[in-house]
Amino acid sequence: MSRPFEETPDQIFAREEEPSEGHHLPPKPHRRSVLWVLGAWARKNLFSGVLNTLLTLFCLWLLWETLPPLISWAITGAVWQGDPAACRAAEGACWAFVEDKHRFILFGIYPFDEHWRPLLAMALFVGGLAVSCYPPFWRAWLAGLWAVLLPVCAVLMWGGVFGLTFVSNDQWGGLPLTLILSVVGMVLSFPLAILLALGRRSDLPAIRAVCVGFIEFVRGVPLVSVLFMASVMFPLFLPDGVTIDKLLRAQVGIILFTAAYLAEAVRGGLQAVPRGQYEAADALGLGYWQKMGLIILPQALKISIPPLVNQFISMFKDTSLVIIIGLFDLLTTAKTALSDPQWRPFFVESYTFVALIYWGFCFFMSRYSQFLERKLETGHRRT
Amino acid sequence: MAVTAQHQPQPEIAIGLEKVNKWYGVFHVLRDVSLTIHRGERVVVCGPSGSGKSTMIRCVNALEEHQQGRITVNGTELTRDVRTVERIRREVGMVFQQFNLFPHLSVLDNLILAPTWVKRVPKKQAIETAMELLERVHIPEQAHKFPGQLSGGQQQRVAIARSLALKPQIMLFDEPTSALDPEMIKEVLDVMVELAQGGMTMICVTHEMGFAKTVADTVVFMDQGQVVEMAPPSTFFTAPKSDRTQKFLSQILKH
Repeated sequence: MSRPFEETPDQIFAREEEPSEGHHLPPKPHRRSVLWVLGAWARKNLFSGVLNTLLTLFCLWLLWETLPPLISWAITGAVWQGDPAACRAAEGACWAFVEDKHRFILFGIYPFDEHWRPLLAMALFVGGLAVSCYPPFWRAWLAGLWAVLLPVCAVLMWGGVFGLTFVSNDQWGGLPLTLILSVVGMVLSFPLAILLALGRRSDLPAIRAVCVGFIEFVRGVPLVSVLFMASVMFPLFLPDGVTIDKLLRAQVGIILFTAAYLAEAVRGGLQAVPRGQYEAADALGLGYWQKMGLIILPQALKISIPPLVNQFISMFKDTSLVIIIGLFDLLTTAKTALSDPQWRPFFVESYTFVALIYWGFCFFMSRYSQFLERKLETGHRRT
Repeated sequence: MAVTAQHQPQPEIAIGLEKVNKWYGVFHVLRDVSLTIHRGERVVVCGPSGSGKSTMIRCVNALEEHQQGRITVNGTELTRDVRTVERIRREVGMVFQQFNLFPHLSVLDNLILAPTWVKRVPKKQAIETAMELLERVHIPEQAHKFPGQLSGGQQQRVAIARSLALKPQIMLFDEPTSALDPEMIKEVLDVMVELAQGGMTMICVTHEMGFAKTVADTVVFMDQGQVVEMAPPSTFFTAPKSDRTQKFLSQILKH
């Protein structure tokens, strides 16, 4: 049966070329023109049947309708520099707003003259993350790197030493705050999630009950209420005079909340590891932690990468909920920037700007997880 | 193993089972199983599926818990104490039907994992031992591949080498050739024969009657959780006493 979409470009080439050319030399691949390759590709991928042709035409029409207005709004008709009056006069996007407010959106109410500090701290932090993402670097020195990097970032953010003015973390905001909340949240919730998942599968009833109770309770309430409890109710239980920082409370709330979800993703991975792997590890006399750490978790976590990353991405965006306890994360600063009466109409630009930042980080996480999955593939399907 | 034998007298009995009973829920899998295996003895266990033969050898290294009776390994009684269990597991190697190699580790890493983590052998020495073992199972050239890249027969030979890496005194084989394609069975059996000729104490659950005839000192026939017959292969195959053994043998030797 010869269906067009099963034909390779070579076959199409052979069929179309030979009669028209009138000679019988076999087609040579290097002679094929770019246009031909494109044509063959289009026929195979875009016009391989009636339905596909219709869909292709529909998509082309949709692009025709939406793309030109979008380009004229975002690029050609946009105001890149100027004041609110210029923006009002123009048809397109008001990127001048972002130009004017980007430092507030990125750094919140952190003292303006000190913005280089969060910027540098963020650069170091993101640089450290980038280095940590590369598997060949997963060696002891990486822990050393972070042992240096974290205090340096802390000093930059807080100051108070080396002639840097002190900046209380009440004044932190924008992207650094979002990054701190989410990255610290990921790094600390992950080991906790592993312990919870192992505990939920433990043979010891007490440990199992505690883990099940924790996971089910935390999963049963919205993040907003966890943050609210951490912020408003928790201090009521503390003795007079003892206060725990608001940022720290939010961070702990995020860690606990995320851990409960991650734990279930990890548990799914644990269940997917064949029983034989547990038995083989037992039969070799490995202890419980050796068995889990060397045999089971490396396989279980690899299986869990998609749901884990799903959760990390979701939690990265959920940090924007800290607004309800008065922390100025990236989304909140973007919103606050709009409170300037002159710029108020340009909320689309503001949200587009932060959306692009969020998207950039989330897209990176997604691509990185795919890279990791390929990297960890060792050619086994079943055991 | 010779070193330990010099320092303390080793009991002649390698494995002893006395009236071992086990239930899965209400299902009585092992009924008063008693068995004595001496040092250097090669025992083949056969029987129809569901007869409890796998369960029995899995009780020996505590992959399954027995509920009644006594199991001793090298003179140590098997209890639920974690340390006892882990010590016995170091002295008893096990090979599984499904190989159970660690798919995320290379062949070499599969072999050196237990020696380096359980016995604290220096890595260099563990690698040397591992390469010697891979020579012994005739696949040194596969050391740096992953298990998923090997054939079933090769994987099972790696699994045997992995068990041997802990220098066990006893080897348990749980249907080591049942998951293999026919053309790969011989390469695994050859390795097992070589091991048997080296004097290893072995219990092997298998349907390979040829292997039983050439290698075994004793053939044990189990049915419905009981040891029905126990005899040297010469008598077992030529003059089985029980009806059930006769029936089983006629079924599996027919082909």
